[in-house]
Parts: sequence; structure tokens; C-alpha cells
Amino acid sequence: MKRSLKVEETVFRVLMILSTAFILLILGVIIYSVFEKGMRALSLEMLTHIPEGGYYYGKGGGILNAIVGSMVLAFGATILAFLIGLPVALYINVFLHGKPKLVNLIRFILDLIWGIPSIVYGAFGFTLMVLIGLQTSLLAGIITVTLFILPIMIRSMDEIFRTVPMGLMEASYSLGSNKSELAFKIFTRQSVSGIITAVLLSFGRAIGDAASVLFTAGYTDNLPNSLLEPVATLPLSIFFQLASPVPEVQARAYASALVLTVIILIVSLFSRGLGKRYHKTKINF
Amino acid sequence: MLVSMLLVAFLPFLLFSVLYFKSFLLLRNTGLGDLIFSHTWRPSRGEFGFYPFIIGSIWVTLLAILFSTPICLLTAINVTQYAKKRFLRIMHPVIDILAGLPSVVYGVWGILVIVPFISRYLGPWLGIKTMGYSILAGAFVLSIMIIPFILNIIIEIFNTIPMELKEATLSLGSTKWQMVKHVLLRKALPGIIAAVGFGLARAFGETMAVLMVVGNVIKVPSSVFDPGYTLPALIANNYGEVLSIPQYDSALMFAALLLLVVSLFFNLLMHFFIARYNKY
Repeated sequence: MKRSLKVEETVFRVLMILSTAFILLILGVIIYSVFEKGMRALSLEMLTHIPEGGYYYGKGGGILNAIVGSMVLAFGATILAFLIGLPVALYINVFLHGKPKLVNLIRFILDLIWGIPSIVYGAFGFTLMVLIGLQTSLLAGIITVTLFILPIMIRSMDEIFRTVPMGLMEASYSLGSNKSELAFKIFTRQSVSGIITAVLLSFGRAIGDAASVLFTAGYTDNLPNSLLEPVATLPLSIFFQLASPVPEVQARAYASALVLTVIILIVSLFSRGLGKRYHKTKINF
Repeated sequence: MLVSMLLVAFLPFLLFSVLYFKSFLLLRNTGLGDLIFSHTWRPSRGEFGFYPFIIGSIWVTLLAILFSTPICLLTAINVTQYAKKRFLRIMHPVIDILAGLPSVVYGVWGILVIVPFISRYLGPWLGIKTMGYSILAGAFVLSIMIIPFILNIIIEIFNTIPMELKEATLSLGSTKWQMVKHVLLRKALPGIIAAVGFGLARAFGETMAVLMVVGNVIKVPSSVFDPGYTLPALIANNYGEVLSIPQYDSALMFAALLLLVVSLFFNLLMHFFIARYNKY
């Protein structure tokens, strides 16, 4: 009895350590393989030029169109989602304070929306576009991606606002502030670090998602210069270059994947770093 | 504030009604049962059978869950019960980065590593001829993608199990593993099931990574080494041609509607499951 117990525990301990190591190893392998393949094809020309004629058959040029396009699209969508999301998150926590049933229902709906696959947003955005007669464009892309990252933005800010202490609310009410003042002056200031994390998280999602922009943002070899024209994005650029039968172009796809990975890693590093920095403005109880 | 709030609250209904409205044309001509169980996919003749895609999606999703659940469970037990606190601090960024990597990067990685691995090593070793682009490759990539998602929820659930319960068990002379097996896992079981359910819903709708490695052949797969086709991949691959063939757009919107319904259904189910369980 005693011995079988010991054996069982040891077996499971080994399995646990193996699976933990597996996860660490997988991350290492992903980062390594993307870097190893990507570095070989990466050049300055790729980062600073737009595709020239015949780029997808191995001619010169780069992916500047996709880098700039992705940045513009992700920035636009993040700002828009922030402008819609911040009031919603504040509303839930300040104005609906004391109505837990309603708040729970809203959180529940938000979680449901969060779970909807991005391709569904893409299809939805496409339908809307056709309905109102819009072409594939930067604008359509921004709107679709905004819808897609909105629940992420709201729920992450909501989680931060939840942690604002009751005492702070009561103190500001007792000093005669109204609900809007409490929301925009106290809650936002108390939660700067959390808001930054929420924004960067949403930005990372926005820049990495391909399925939602596939129908709506289109693709072009030019730099974006109007809201109503199609725009190239990095994930799609990777996807299209991989589809080419020419090995050099495929190698460039790996380099583009490297660029995207580095952007994501930088964003995630920033959100960790900035989050710590703005802890200073927070009042601790 | 109220306006943005209402916008958000009605988004799911809006999504549903727009997609339903668009796929209504197809639903009216062909019955729901025919659409789901018919094998023939010939858009140019107006025959839309979604069966191969649905089966492909189910295969990939279930296999992915099968791979990732034990790994997540074991890792979560290790990280929360056995390892030092410091280790959890290393694990958190790892999970965050894995969760943050775009699906296209997973797809690229799948093409670079998983596909050659299956076609050169795993296939020949089992005596099976395969291209590598297969249901199995899709499931592998997908399982890695949902690991951070499921793992995060399970770790959180383990952290809500009261310390007293664990201490009481240990003080009765049980070993740590007995405590884990009989108390921790039993207490956390509904949460674990919910975590897997959420992971399932997420995996079902994943598009790009699966699309890049699954092979995209419209056929009901007979083994996991066969190429397949999934519902999201169907939408993503064909959006360009929708306007040239009648009813085609309706068919793709029906696929999107199916994804939406499955996602909402699983999420709803799991939420109610948790809510019910929390009452006791």
C-alpha cells in the first residue's frame, strides 16, 4: 500500500515536470524557429521598401506597406475601442454600483462576446460593408477590429476598476463630487497602470489578428493614404507570401513573421514595464 | 456612456440577426438538415453540404482538447501545489507570451516544425504515407494555441480552493498527491470542465493557424493523417469569390452563423454550469 502510493506520486510528479517543461520548451522552439528562419531573409530593404512589381515572384522590395498598414489599423482600432470602452467600464463600476445583478448580466454578455471567433466578426463586418456600400478599406478594417477588441478592452479595464477601494469612493462622495467626477478623475487616475495594460493587450490582439481583416481591410502594395482605400496588414502579408511557390518569397514570409513576433514581444514587454512604473500614482490603503 | 454601453450589450444580437438574415436565403431553399448532413459541396451548382467541414472542425477541435487538457492539468498542479512561488512568476510571462502570439505566427511555426515532423518522422514511423498537412497537424498547432488559455483558468481555479481544506487533508496524514487527487481535483472538477469547455469554444473558431496546416481538401477525413477542411478555413479561403456565384455569400454567412451559435452555446453552457455549481 505505502509503496504503491509512493510510486503513484513519483509517476505523476515526473509527468507534471515533463508537461511543464514541454510548455517552456514549446515557447522556446516557437521563438527559436521563427527567429532562426526569419533572420536569414530579413534585410533592411525589407523593412524600408514597399513591394516592387513582381515582388511575389521573388523581385525586390519589402513589406513596409504591411508594417505601416498594420500599425495604422491597430492604432485606429485601439483608440476607437478605448473611446467606447472606457466609458462603458466606468459606467459599470460607478453608475451601476449597487446593482450587482445588472452588472453581472453585462459582464456575462461581455464574456460571451469575447468568446466569438474573429472570423465571425470578419464575416459580420463584410456583410455590413456590403449593406452600406463600402469597399474593402482601412475604415472598414478599423471598425471590424474595434468590435473584435472591444470586449477585451472593457473586461480588462473592468477588472482593474473593480479593485478600486470603497473607501476612495466614499471619500470623494463626502467631498461633494458627483458620479462623473468620481469616474473620470478618481477611477481613471487610480487605475492608470491597469488601463495601460488593457490598451496594450488590445493593441497586441488588434495587430496580430488576420481573420477579421481578411474580408474588410483588403490588401494593397501601397502605403495607406486614405481611410477609404484598402490597407495591407502584416498577418495577411505573411499569409500571402507563404502561398507563393517561390522559395525566396516564402523566406520573406518567415522574416515578416519575425517582424510581427518582435512587435508583439515589445508590446508585451512594454505593458509589463509601464504597468510597474505608474504604480506611483496609485493611492494605497 | 449609456449609448456605448447599449451598443456593446446588443452586439451579440446584432451579429446574430445580421448573419441569420444573410443566410436565410440559403436556409429557405435547402433545409437545415440537408445543409448540415449533405456531403456534396458544389457551389456552382448550388449544392452546399457542410458535412465535411463540420466533421473536419470537430476532429481538429476534439484532438486539440485531448492533447492540451492533460498537459494543462498537470502543469497547473505542478505550478500551484508543488513548485516554489518564484516559479509561478516565471511561468506567468511564458503563458502571457504564448497567449499573445498571433495565430499567423503559430501557423508559420506549424509549417516550419509540425508539418515536416509529421511527414518525415511520425508518418513513416507508423508506416503511413502523409503529406504532413493534415488533421493531426491542425490539432497539434491548435492544442498549443489553447494551452495558455486553459492553463490560465485552471491555475486561477486552483488558487480559489481554500487553504484550510488542503491543510486539513494533509493533517489527516494523507500524502500530497492523495490531497491533490481526492480533494483538490474533486473540488475543482466543475471549474476544470468549464475551462475545457471554454477552450473548446475558442478552438472551434480558430482560423488562420489551422487553415495554414490542415491541408484544405474538401473530403470527409478517414484518418487523422488525412488532410481536412474546417468551417473557419472555408470562410477565409472563399470570401474572394462570393459575389460571382449566387447563394455563395449566403452559404459562407451560414458557416459564420454556425460558428457563432457553437461559440455562444458553449460559453452559455459553461457559464450556467459554473453558476449552478457555485450555489452549493
